[in-house]
Amino acid sequence: MMDRIAGLGRLGIAIIASFGRSGQFLFGVLAGVPRPATGFPLLVKQLYAVGVLSLAIVVVSGLFIGMVLGLQGYTILSDYGSESAIGQMIALTLVRELGPVVTALLFAGRAGSALTAEIGLMKATEQLSSMEMMGVDPLRRVVAPRLWAGFLAMPVLAMIFSVVGIWGGMLVGVEWLGVFEGSFWGNMQSSVDFVDDVLNGFIKSVVFGFVCAWIAVYQGYDCVPTSAGISSATTKTVVYSSLAVLGLDFVLTAVMFGDF
Amino acid sequence: MAQRSTEIIVGLFMIAGLAALMFLALQVSGLSPKSAEQTYTLYANFNDTGGLTPRGKVSMAGVTVGTIESITLDRDTFQARVTMSIHAEVDNIPADSAAVIRTSGLLGEQYIDISIGGDLESLNAGDTFYSTQSAMNLERLISNFASGR
Repeated sequence: MMDRIAGLGRLGIAIIASFGRSGQFLFGVLAGVPRPATGFPLLVKQLYAVGVLSLAIVVVSGLFIGMVLGLQGYTILSDYGSESAIGQMIALTLVRELGPVVTALLFAGRAGSALTAEIGLMKATEQLSSMEMMGVDPLRRVVAPRLWAGFLAMPVLAMIFSVVGIWGGMLVGVEWLGVFEGSFWGNMQSSVDFVDDVLNGFIKSVVFGFVCAWIAVYQGYDCVPTSAGISSATTKTVVYSSLAVLGLDFVLTAVMFGDF
Repeated sequence: MAQRSTEIIVGLFMIAGLAALMFLALQVSGLSPKSAEQTYTLYANFNDTGGLTPRGKVSMAGVTVGTIESITLDRDTFQARVTMSIHAEVDNIPADSAAVIRTSGLLGEQYIDISIGGDLESLNAGDTFYSTQSAMNLERLISNFASGR
């Protein structure tokens, strides 16, 4: 009985300690701003790995999600004879919710897991410790460019996702099902507001990018330096990022759109 | 050289992101660069605004000529006071025109339609519409009909 209580206590302490370590870690990364001359090429390289290479999956999923939205929306809206509202439905769903959220989930799976595995393997093969021995701060050299790259790439990917999705919806709605193009765009423009919808979606994607990149680099940096440890850290990255994104999405939506 | 091509691709990636944001701003949300165009303010008092909302449109003969800025309650008359901003080029609305709340389609959103009067004088900035017609309330219409009034 006492053992169980002690086990619960250990678990609680471990969770709190992990939060504390990740906060300290974040502070260490952000405080160690890389010098522009050396930091910039590293950042560009990571932006390529994290952002550009994620582009394919983001564009393809965006296209298909937009097309599905177009088809489903048409099926439902045509029952009420208001299939011209399809543009507004697709744009609002993508810009407010699906763009940031689905991109963040894909980003966690595609880029976050790779970041964790890379940093975890560096730790397991003691590259990080040898950097410290040489007097190079691994937080500044390895972790900071990856964190910033994730933070910068995620909003860009989310915007591209929304645009491709709207284009996919237009392909299905206008080109295939024959909704009048003028009312497609007109309804969209009269109902989507730049500040309320587009900017709030953008803020969401910035928050998600930060959270996903933070979880990914922290899990890699904090992993148990064995092959089993790396694999469990990679799993944790994807699971925690997805849960954090979905949970935060509810909170952000309640704050942004909940003022009824 | 490899570094340079990486930089170019990342630069293109960033440009694609900016272009996507521009597309969302201009094409999707209809934010036009000249949205800060000249407008002037008119007021109208209604007994019942129904489902009228701010950012709704104000139209004349079906053409959008302005937007609804705000809807407030007049504490003295208990009427709704609607503030509209009208495009500056439409500066010759006859003074005896009426502001009418209409619904686009059967279930669509509500907007203000200005029925044109015949007065030679026109409304100036800050004026209030003299005659207005409130929103048609379907439920009230049906209950009036059912109770035979």
